[in-house]
This record gives sequence, C-alpha cells and structure tokens, in this order.
Amino acid sequence: MHIVDRRRNPGGKSLANRQRFLRRAKEQIQDAVRDSISGRGMKDMERGGEVSIPASGVKEPGLRRAGGGNREHVLPGNKEFAEGDRIPRPKGGGGASGNEGNDQGSGEDEFRFALTQEEFLDLFLEDLELPDLAKKRMVVGEVSGFRRAGYSSSGSPANLALSRTMRNAMSRRIALKRPKPEAFDALEDQARLAEEAGAVERAEALRIEIARLRTRALRIPYIDPLDVRYRQFAPAPRPIAQAVMFCLMDVSGSMTEGMKDLAKRFYLLLYVFLKRRYKHVEVVFIRHTHEAKEVDEETFFRSPETGGTVVSTALVEMQRVLKARFSPEDWNIYAAQASDGDNTASDNDKTAGLLASDILPACQYYAYLEVGREGDHGPIGFIPRETDLWRLYTSLRGDGLPIAMRKVRHRKDIYPVFRDLFRKGGATAEASP
Amino acid sequence: MSDPLFKGAEWDFDTIRRVHDACEEIARMELGLDTYPNRIEVISAEQMLDAYAANGMPVLYKHWSFGKRFARHEGLYRKGFQGLAYEIVINSSPCISYIMEENTALMQTLVIAHAAFGHNHFFKNNTLFRQWTDAYGILDYLEFARGYVAECEDRYGAPAVERMLDAAHALQSHGIFRSPRRRAPDLASEEKRARERRAHEAAIYNDVWRATIPAAGTPARRAEEERRRALLELPQENILYFLEKSAPRLAPWQREILRIVRQVSQYFYPQIQTKVMNEGCATYVHHRILTRLHEQGRITDGHYLEFLQSHTNVVFQPNYDDPRYGGFNPYALGFAMMNDIHRIAETPTAEDRDWFPDFAGRGDGMGILREGWAAFRDESFISQYLSPRLMRELRLFHLADDEDEDAMRVAAIHDERGYRRLRRALARQYDIGRMDPDIQVMDVDLAGDRRLILHHRVLERQLLHAEDAKSVLQHLADLWGYDVVLKEVDATEDRILKEHHAAARPGIVGG
Repeated sequence: MHIVDRRRNPGGKSLANRQRFLRRAKEQIQDAVRDSISGRGMKDMERGGEVSIPASGVKEPGLRRAGGGNREHVLPGNKEFAEGDRIPRPKGGGGASGNEGNDQGSGEDEFRFALTQEEFLDLFLEDLELPDLAKKRMVVGEVSGFRRAGYSSSGSPANLALSRTMRNAMSRRIALKRPKPEAFDALEDQARLAEEAGAVERAEALRIEIARLRTRALRIPYIDPLDVRYRQFAPAPRPIAQAVMFCLMDVSGSMTEGMKDLAKRFYLLLYVFLKRRYKHVEVVFIRHTHEAKEVDEETFFRSPETGGTVVSTALVEMQRVLKARFSPEDWNIYAAQASDGDNTASDNDKTAGLLASDILPACQYYAYLEVGREGDHGPIGFIPRETDLWRLYTSLRGDGLPIAMRKVRHRKDIYPVFRDLFRKGGATAEASP
Repeated sequence: MSDPLFKGAEWDFDTIRRVHDACEEIARMELGLDTYPNRIEVISAEQMLDAYAANGMPVLYKHWSFGKRFARHEGLYRKGFQGLAYEIVINSSPCISYIMEENTALMQTLVIAHAAFGHNHFFKNNTLFRQWTDAYGILDYLEFARGYVAECEDRYGAPAVERMLDAAHALQSHGIFRSPRRRAPDLASEEKRARERRAHEAAIYNDVWRATIPAAGTPARRAEEERRRALLELPQENILYFLEKSAPRLAPWQREILRIVRQVSQYFYPQIQTKVMNEGCATYVHHRILTRLHEQGRITDGHYLEFLQSHTNVVFQPNYDDPRYGGFNPYALGFAMMNDIHRIAETPTAEDRDWFPDFAGRGDGMGILREGWAAFRDESFISQYLSPRLMRELRLFHLADDEDEDAMRVAAIHDERGYRRLRRALARQYDIGRMDPDIQVMDVDLAGDRRLILHHRVLERQLLHAEDAKSVLQHLADLWGYDVVLKEVDATEDRILKEHHAAARPGIVGG
C-alpha cells in the first residue's frame, strides 16, 4: 500500500478547461455580466461574482428519450395504493420520478457559476476595447523622481558602489600580477628551510626574491582610486499611480430615475476603466441642485432632492475637495458631469469661468454627459433646442478647452458613447449628439 | 480488546497506514475479499473538484465541458448546496483512492474501508469490469489521450479540435460496444472453422436435392448490398466506431480523437450498469469492517456513533412523495439488498426458502455475496436476488404511465400478486438496453448520395428528444461529411414514426 500526498501538487488543474469554457460561452457570459452590473455599487465592480447564463448556450446534446410514450416506474414508499388504482399525473409533465434524463442537468434553464474578479472585468470590458484604450489613450500624469543610471567614476561617498569597486580592483590586481600574501609565506618557508640546510646562496636568492615581490606589492595598491565607482542617478519622470474620479450630478427635480441610471452606468464604466489603469482609484461624489454637497454613493444615486439648478456650486465644491485632499501633483484627476442640461441662466458665466481657469487645467479628462429621457426626441423634423449647458460647453470647446461631451438617451448608447469618447483621443473629443 | 487506532479527529500518515492495515486484515481474513494493491492519495477540496470535473479520472484531455462541470460543482460547493464526496476511487491497478484532507480520522477509516476494499474488490472481481476494462492500462491510456489531444491542438488549432470533441461527445453514449466483440480471427480458429464447414457440407450433401432444387434466387444486387453491409460491419450500434472506421472525409487525427472518446466512454460502460451493486458492495463492506473494528475495540464508541451517523445519511432513501426524492439511492438499495442476501443465507424464513431454494439457509452469506458481486450487473442482480421481504420493507409499487391515458395506473404493489412483476419492472429500470435508446447505423447509400441511414428502434412509443436529436444529428452529419437521416422505427410493428434529417456543413469537421 502506498500513500501519496497530492495536496502540494500545483493547483489550477482545471484552469485550462475553465478558460475553454469561458471562451465557449463568451457571448452569454458577457450579457450576464452587463446585466449584473446594474445591481452593483461602484466599488463592487472590483469583485467577481456569480452570474447565470442560459443553459442552452453551453448545452451538451445527447441522444436521449424525450419522455412520453408508455413508461414504467418503480417507486418506494407506497402508503395507500392498491393494484389497479388510478393516479392523476402530477402537474408539470413527467411521471412521479421526474428526474429522468436530468442527471446531466440538461433540463435546467439557467447555468449559474462564479467568476473571479479578473474574469469579470475582462469580460465586462472586452468588447469596449478598454484595456487597450487605457494603455494607448490615457494621459498619464507624472512627477519627477530619480532612477538608477549606471555607474560613474565620480560621486559622493554615500553612493559608493562597493562591490563594483572591489571587482575592478580585483581584476586590476590579477592583470598586474600583484603577488598574493600566501606567496610570501611560501617563499619565507623555503628560505628558512634553505638556511637550516646550510644552502646559503639559495637562501640569499630567495630573500632577494621576497624583497622584490614586497616592493612590487607596495607599488601595486590593493585598491586604487582608478577602481572606485559610484552609483549614478538620473532624474526621470515617474507616473502617478493613483487617480481620483469626480462624479458630478445634477439631482434637481428634472432629473428622473432613468436619467440617473444612465449616469450611473457611465460612472461605472469610467470607474472600471480607471481601475484598470491605476493602482489606486478614489471616487468623489458631488451632487448639486442650487447648492452642492459631497455625499456617499448611496445618497448620490438614491436619495431625492429638490431645488433649482446652479452648476457652478458643484464646481466650487469640487475645487474645495481638490484643494483639501487631491493635489494635482500626486493625483490623476478625472471628472465626469451628468446633467439634463439645465442651468440657471445667470450662473453660466460663473460656470464657464471656473471651468476655464481652475477645473480644466487640473484635470486629465473632463467629460460632460447630457442625459435625456428615452424617446424624448420631439416631433419629427423639429430640431430640439440645445440646452444651456450644451451651448455653454460648446463655446468653451470653441476656445480650445478640453471638454468631452456627449448626449445619451438610452442605456444601449452608453457603451458606444463611452468608447467613442476615449477613442477620439483623450480630452479633445468632438461634440456630437 | 486492542487499543483504538486513533483518538480524536486528527490523523496523519501513520494513522492512515494503521487504519489501512486494520481494514485489510478484516477484509481479507473475515470477508474474503480479493483486491488490487491499494494506492491512497490525499487531496484537497480544490483537487476533489478537479476530479469531479473530469468524471473522476486523474488525467483527461482538455475540453470546455469539463470546465463547465467544474464551475457548476464549485458554485454548489461554495454555497453549501452540495458537500463533496469523501472519496473518489479509480478502477485501475493499483487501485487509486482519493481521500479528502478535510475528513476526520473516522471518515478516513470509513472511506478506506469503502473505496480501497469495497469498490476495489468489486472492480477486480465483477465480470463486467473484467470483460470491459483494462485496469492495468487505463492510466497510461488516459495519459496518452491527453498528450495526443494537446498535440492536435498545437498542430491543427484548438477550434478544430474542440469541434471534433464536441461532435464526439454528443455521440459518446453511442460509442460503446454493448456486447463483447468478436476477437480478431487467428489462423488456428480460422482453420478449425473451415474444417467444420467442410464437414458440415459433407454431412448434409445430397445429390438429389442438388439436382432438383434451382439455385438460390437472390438477385446479384441484393447480394451486392449484403456484401457491402458486411464489409462495413452493418448494422452497427457503435456509431463512433463506425465513423472512425468508415467516415470518408475524416483526417487520421480526427479518427484517433473519435477513438479516444469512445474508449473513455467504453471504460465507463460497466460503471453505469453496476451502480447499485458497486455502491451496495462498498457500503456493505465498510459497514462490516467498521462494525468489526468497533467490536475489536479499535474504534471507540464515540467514533462508532459518528460512523453510524454518516452511514445512515448515505443509505437514506426518501419516499417517492418526499421533496428530496430523486430516484432510487443506489447506496440504499444496494446496501439493503446485500444485507438481505446475507440474512437469507444465514437465517431464512419459509418464504425465503420458497423464493431462493438454491441458497436460502446454506450459510456462508459472505461467499454467496461474493458470487453475486462477481457474476451479475444491476439488472440481473435485482431480478435474481430482490426478495419479497425487501419489497415490502421498501413498500415498492409499480406505476404504469401511458401517455395516451389520462391517468397513471398502479400496476403492481408489494403483495403476493405483485412481487414478480415488481421485481421484473425494477430490474428493467436498470437494464442498460432500455436506459439508452437503441440506435444503429443501418446502411449507407454508397452508390448514390452517400447518405447515412440510422434507425432508432422505438420501444413503447418513447421517441427521442427532438431538439437534442437534431443537434446530435448535425454533429453526426458533419463527421460523416454527407447527409444523414435518423428514422425512428417502432420496434414491434416496423412502422416509421418520425424522421430526422441533417446535412453536413462543409469545413466544420471533415476536409
């Protein structure tokens, strides 16, 4: 009898099969992933999770009977039946032993299983081409730092590269044949032996040889200034590995739940997008009516508010938070604003001024998302009036300021719009309805 | 009384060894079991899930369906809907038992008695396993299969191999030889056959008949057809075998993949037919061994109670109207039958003597059980050994469910009139010939459009699942390379009930 301990065997034996499975059912899984995000909080996007896909997509067909025809069952646990009794068929098809042909689970409608975080994000982002976009398009903030830049023969003692110095010294000593201490000892021994044996001439010759070697050793130093090397550093830009994302949203009465849902989806995408790129992503939620406040996510999306609409208040709040917690030197700053486009007319100038002078210069990217009601297109042939904010931002863009702006009316527009915003290349996106 | 083998729930490899040796002593000396050498492998929960996904095989080629199975089991396990099996045992020599590291010392004892002796004995002695599987070669073969499939993926691309495996898997339930095949003819037996035939001809030679009876009137065409069918070994129930040998457009590697799938399928064929017996045998053995260990004082009273609790869970049989009912529990039915047989052999009632005159009261219950385990499969075992007393205990009844009638009918219950019918019906439920639909390749129109013709012999008007049949047939057509038709023919009156057609999609599988 042998006992083998397999526990230490490398795990993940089924990984290859799992990847094959995910590839196989990719479309359905992707749909399921999309559906599952609406019920998730923003930070939850980082987690994996359980999804269920229609079983038909990953079905393994086989030649089996459908049921029906003349069937027989033998069952345990008879209580009151006697031969010849007639029993109505249980509802929902099948006989009383309803699991025939079901042992492979082929009768199930849904196939549920868990995805890891990595798989979840990959699938979620895949057709958005976001991972690639993130690499290519993302503006990466930088701070300067130092990095190693080889060795030099001059420098401060603190930067002495000891092992490199010793290596140089050793190769020089070998090249110049500096006698080793052991060689002296050996010669001294020989000389002593020669003297004891009375070979005076031989002893004399050895003494001379020893003296010669000693001078040589003195002439060739153990470490020469030539050998010394210093570590060199060169200034180099270092990318900032953290980002903060500002979500600004108008929550006045004119914003419906549907509009907020659209905005949420956009924010989600942006969050996931940033998450792929930066090690650390903070999210700041600022909602505004005629006054603005930083709130938590739950309040941001859920709790209703009434009041007028003054956009600049949100910008002021954002500025405050920026000053207090996120200095542009250490953070990549992204902002996304969602609104139905209303603003108090008198506020437009202030808004434009704040954006142009303070907000936009600090941001990597500023996106404006105008959400509309689904099916809110107005009569055919009637060009809808552009909103206050849209006109305002368009004029800012005219001045060459980097604002990306899009209009969204339906969930299905979110992905294309998002992709579009980033494909066109960062903040210089064009305006289009 | 000896000292207990272990105290508490902790175990180490020494414990396992002591437990194994103690079990072995009882298994060999008292139960007379004959087993392959054992190899016990300790694995983690994740590795157990891996093994689940691969149908319990330690190595298997890669395919998405195994990933799907893994995902399902993992999900169920994580949520606590499903515990993992305590062990998995491989029919090989040495017989490999996987035991989970989470098990307590007592559970390891139970598992070793169950798998390393119960199942192991069954694998080595049951006629089906002896006839169908090669315990010595299976691991090497699976290793070869995995390597071969991986190599094909490298050479021909993963998608091509996946399509091939998909198609083969769809047909795997019909990639089995259900009766032992004729062995390849060797010279000696061929000569013998020829001699016998000549002798027979000489014996029946009659000049009068030769002169008066006209030559057999088979038209040349009929003969030609017969010859073709003989050459193609038609009719053929092993569809994968037929495709491997005769599909015109498959590349050699594709034939090899069909072969691998059908070999694996064939390997599992005895297991499907002996679930009740196999589990019954293992459960009976572990019950005997653990009880004996307890009597010897090598398992404490506390541990014995722990054993009884899990044993009772294993052999729990819910009634038909219980929400937990999911068919017969093979452990429960098997264990009940083994106990019953032992009882009949040792202390029979008058009824038992009537029903089982050949062994009732003969004594040596263990010997009779061993004979039974060696010689039968579920279907024949039940029809041979299910006793009226057990039918009463299980309160079995037989339900006839005819689609054409508006209610089901109780055809037999556990009474004097019903015993035999009940037993026959239950045995039929385990008859492999009835579990899988009988589908055979009947003919190929080689001279015409090369259409492949299959028949499903429909029993009791039970037609195939139409949607599944359609997808499987599509795979079949892709493999065959030309049109395929599957006719569902009523077995009793030769009437065609339904036809399924599929046309090959070029470039999907074949060249």
